[in-house]
Order: sequence, then structure tokens, then C-alpha cells
Amino acid sequence: MALEIKNVTKRFGSFVAVDNVSLSIPENEMFGFLGGNGAGKTTTFRMLLGILDISEGEITWNGQGINYSTSPEIGYLPEERGLYPKLKVKDQLVYLARLRGMDKKEALTELKYWLERFKIPDYLEKKVEELSKGNQQKIQFISAVLHKPKLLILDEPFSGLDPVNVEQLKSAVIDLKNSGTTIVFSSHRMEHVEEMCENLCIMHKGKPVVHGGLKEIKRSFGKKNVTIHADFDLTYLIKFPGVVKLKQTTEGAALQIEGEEIAENILKDIVGRGFIRKFALEEPTLNDIFIEKVGASLE
Amino acid sequence: MNSFWIILFHTYWTKVKTKSFIITTIITLLLILGLTNIQSIFEMFDDEDGADKIAVIDKTNELYQSVAAMSESIQEGMELEHYVDGESQAKKKVEDDSYQGLLILDYDNENLPQASYYSMDITDSATATSVETIVQAVKSQLAAAQLNLSGEQLEKLNEPVPFEHFALEKNAKTEEELNQARGLVYVLLFLIYFAVILYANMIAMEVATEKSSRVMEILISSVSPIKHMFAKILGIGLVSITQLAILLVAGYFSVTNNDNMSTLDGFLGFSGIPAATIVYAVVFFVLGYFLYATLAAFLGSLVSRIEDVQQMITPMTLMVVAGFMIAMFGLNNPDTTFITITSYIPFFTPMLMFMRAGMLSLPVWEPILGMGVLAASIIILAVFGGRVYKGGVLMYGKSNSFKDIKKALQLTKKE
Repeated sequence: MALEIKNVTKRFGSFVAVDNVSLSIPENEMFGFLGGNGAGKTTTFRMLLGILDISEGEITWNGQGINYSTSPEIGYLPEERGLYPKLKVKDQLVYLARLRGMDKKEALTELKYWLERFKIPDYLEKKVEELSKGNQQKIQFISAVLHKPKLLILDEPFSGLDPVNVEQLKSAVIDLKNSGTTIVFSSHRMEHVEEMCENLCIMHKGKPVVHGGLKEIKRSFGKKNVTIHADFDLTYLIKFPGVVKLKQTTEGAALQIEGEEIAENILKDIVGRGFIRKFALEEPTLNDIFIEKVGASLE
Repeated sequence: MNSFWIILFHTYWTKVKTKSFIITTIITLLLILGLTNIQSIFEMFDDEDGADKIAVIDKTNELYQSVAAMSESIQEGMELEHYVDGESQAKKKVEDDSYQGLLILDYDNENLPQASYYSMDITDSATATSVETIVQAVKSQLAAAQLNLSGEQLEKLNEPVPFEHFALEKNAKTEEELNQARGLVYVLLFLIYFAVILYANMIAMEVATEKSSRVMEILISSVSPIKHMFAKILGIGLVSITQLAILLVAGYFSVTNNDNMSTLDGFLGFSGIPAATIVYAVVFFVLGYFLYATLAAFLGSLVSRIEDVQQMITPMTLMVVAGFMIAMFGLNNPDTTFITITSYIPFFTPMLMFMRAGMLSLPVWEPILGMGVLAASIIILAVFGGRVYKGGVLMYGKSNSFKDIKKALQLTKKE
């Protein structure tokens, strides 16, 4: 039982926004959804929510089709944040929770808990337009989770937040996952996905170009990273066989190599050329994989 | 509670609680109370003024008595004062506001009264006319006396000719009924016109606000756009009923409790409103509201910024204005073919068919056919509008052309 996306295609006229995507997201898992702008993430999410009709294929949640009767089980944080600017936090969050089938009283209790948790209890009676952008975002997050959804869809949950707030939100997301919520989230920030998701999918032009567990993806990528901190010039390594990329850093260089054995050769080569403070062989970051697969630079 | 009702009451309460709603209602209320009591208000100010005495210089030394007596019997509000200190002195007194005006009485060649009236300016024609009426009456009396006419004969001369206008058509309304109907229809047309413009605008604004603040995406992921649209329309509909009920009740009591308004009362025909006219008014108001509200909702769903709302709904507003203009023209000629034909064009039906039903003796099937046309248009517009709405609310970017309707429809298609 899980969220199943089977051969889903979405066309807008002749434009194919999502092309034959199949994903299976097991229950109680955090799934990362990556992709550049226009990769089809939001379109996929909108199909998950039933806002857009699917051209071909099928999406099921616990074996059922997703429609408005399942909306109480689903929480959604849209990429474009949106709340009523003129309404009080209390009024609109209770309203939105009631639309997703929650009782008024329960919604209020739950809302107080969340405001307390984000250390903003005095915002209950404030209008949204009076809040800072970061705090509005917290309110938006609360609106997505207030009705205790079983499936939570977060589109860019951490964009525009300061590090302290990112941590707060992250711990909230992790707590939700631990309490049994299935979470799908998209992000431009690879480190968040790397940190939080076991499984992920990288979308490019409507197709999943990478899909699977984080560890397997990294392993199968093949290429590794080498970080060297040394006192002498390392730029000559760019011509070293097996080195794909070299980036100079203040303390030395960061290299991307084709395989583990290349690291050994490099180490042998540089020993004796000067003082080496650090030599490390590292797994590729998601960022490397993303750039390689999507081929486009990120902002 | 069903999400439909949640949206409906949420829309209703948030709207009713806004400052703008409360303030507009209060201002309109004051305006209505002010207009219906305008005569009393004028009088209130005039009483304090005290300067409505008119100085009378009687060069004949005979006329003053009869003029004063006539004034007493005709115009109760006017106060005349026999002035004896000379003309220039009297004029000065008028200038420094001690008197409202100066009336100089004299005889002409035929020994009949003639009069000159002096006031600060000529704008105050009402008083001058009253004075003229009084002097005229005195003159008639004197002229009659000169011609040796008895009072009875004089009365006969002054008696207006009995003139009545009859309609040959069996159910045609009598002249009196028609005048009454015209007044009532006039007021109700205004009501429909303003309500449609005001509340359709409100709906388009509401939808555009939800869209531009991007809360729409959350809403339509919770409930279907169609449900959301109709809950919104009905919610604002309730707002309009609330506001209109307050204003109508206040207006009704203000008019009926006011003696000075008896003329207007007769004009509006409050006393003898045919029940059918009221029923037609309500039905056409409701249908008209739904027609334009649906149109407004889907137009509102197409814009991304609130600034664009006005531009988007201008064609709709013009349509309402056109309907209103035709109806106003039709009030005097309700039976022309042009009016008959246009009254079946859905966007004009609410005003024109109601106007015809109120003014003419239509066979019952005509207004019912009109209602049918309206109901069918509303259903078509709702189905079409609902689909545009569903796609429209997801569309952002610069969108202020009607091409967007096509784009929005495409968004809702499966392919």
C-alpha cells in the first residue's frame, strides 16, 4: 500500500509536461523529487492532488484513485505560497483545515500546538500580511499539516527561510515522517534531499532520469570526488588520466574522478611534491549527479 | 459540514465583517434616510432661518387685505407683512436678509392688480411662483367681480375638463396603474442594475484575490473548482440579500412613516403593488444575479492580478449598462418590437422582461419563457464557466485577453 504512479503522462496540447512516469512511494517514507525549473515537478504534484486530469496512466493512493474524497488525507504546500493576506491566522487556517474535513475545535487545538512548536503563539490573532515572509511560510506549512494528512506533498518547503527556520521546519518534517506520514517533497537544494530522503527521483523534461535509493544512485553513478588540501599548485592534475573536473579551492582543489582507482594514482603522484594536509575520497554529492544528469546549471 | 457550506458561510461572514461592507451599508442607509426625508430636512433648516417673511408694499391701499386673505387660504407656510416705510427702505431690508422678498402691488390700466416681486436673486423661484399664484387668484376674483360673475360662475370657469384615457385591450393597465407600475419598475430596475454591477464585481474581485494571493491552489486541491465557484456565488448572493434587505426595510419604513412622502408614495405605488410584479422582480433579480455572477466568477478566474479585474469585466459591465439603457428607453414605449426581441437576449432578459412584465399585460408564457431562457443560459454558462474556472485558476502570467479562455479550457482537458 503506497502512492503508486503508473505510466503517467500529461500533455498540454502538443506539449508533453510529464512523460510516462512510473514511481512507487512506499508508505511512511520521505521521497525526494528533484528537477530543474520546468521539469514537470509541479505538474506531477498537481496530478497527485487531482487538480489536473491525467492524460494517460493512473495514480493511486493506497489502492484508490485520488480525488476530492481523498483530500482530507492529503496535505499540500504549494511552491507559490498563498494565504489570504487580510485574514487572521486563526480564521484562515481553521477554514482551510475544515475544508479538508477537520473539525473546527480540533483544528484550533492543533493550530495552537503548531504555533507553540514554531515559537509564534501570539500570531494566532494576527493578519497574515502583518507577518514576515519567513513566518508566513511557517503558517503556510502549518496549513499543509494541520489536518494530519497521511500523504504530505511539499513543493520547495525550505526556500526563502533562514537557517534557523530551515532547521525548525526540517525537524517538524522528520517528526511527521516518524509518526507515519508519507512525504513527497521537491527541492532545488540537494543537501536537504540528501539529508532527509532515502529514495528520490530526478526529473528532466518530464522524464525521471534518475530514480531509486540514494545510496544505490550514488554507487551506480561511478564517479567519485577527491578533496585535496595542499600547499603546492594542483592545477596540473586536470590533465591527469581519469580526472573529469578540477575546481580550485582556497586550500587546494576539488576533483571529480572516474573511479576509485584513479584516487590511488593521484595520491601516488602527489606524494613528495609538497606538504599534503588532507586527502579525501568522497561519494559524489547529489549536486554532482544532478548537474551531470540534467546537464543544466542550477541557479 | 459539507465543504460547500463551509465555503459559502466563510465567504459570507468574512465579507459581511469587512469594514468596507459595513461602511458602504451605513452610508447608503444614511443616503436613503436622507433622500426620503429631504423635505423635512429642508424645512428644518428653513425654520431656523426665519427670513421667509415677505414685505408687501400696497400702492393701492386696498389690495393687501385680499392678498393676505388669499395667502392665508392657499399657502399656509407664507408670511406676509404690510410694509409702509417706502420702497427703497424695503429693498434694503431684503438685502440685509430681514425679508425674503418684497412684493409691490398696484393697479394696471384696467384697474386690475399687477405686482412686482423683488428678491436677492432669481434662483428662489418657488417662493416667487407661490406669490404669483396668490396674486393671480386675487386678480381672478377681482376680474370676476368687474364682469359681475358670481362665485359659482367663476368656479365653473376654473374647473378642469374631465379627461380620462381608456385602453381597449382587455387586460391593459389603466393610466393610473401604468404610472404606478412605471415608478415601481423604475426603482426595481435601478436595484437590479446596481446589484448586478456591484455584486458581480464583488465576485470577480473575490476570485481574483484568491487567485492572486495564490491561496486558490490550496482551495481547489481541497474542493472541486466547480463547487468552490458556486459556493462563492451563493455566498456573495447571501451578502447581497443581507445588504439589500437592510436597505429596503429601512427605505420602506422611512417612506411610509413620512407624511411629506405621500406624493412619492403614490408615484412608487407602494400602496397598490400588484403581487405579480413583486414576484417577477424577485425571480428576475435572482436569475439575473446568477447569470452575471457566473460570468463574473469565470472572468475573475482568468486574471492573475487584481489590477486586471476591471479590464476583464468591462465588457460584462457594458452589457449590464446597455440592458439598463434599453430598459429605461422602454419604460416609455414598452410595447415596441425592439424591446420585445431584446427581452429574449439572455443578458438583457432580467431587466427587459421584468420591465415588460411590470408595464404590460403580458400573457403568462412570455415571462416564463424569459425565465426559461435565463435558466438555460445560466446552466450553459455554469458548465462552460466551470471548466474555464478550473483551468483559469491555475493560469498565471499576464492574462487579460479573451484568448485565455481557450488556454484555460485546454488546461482542463485530459489531452
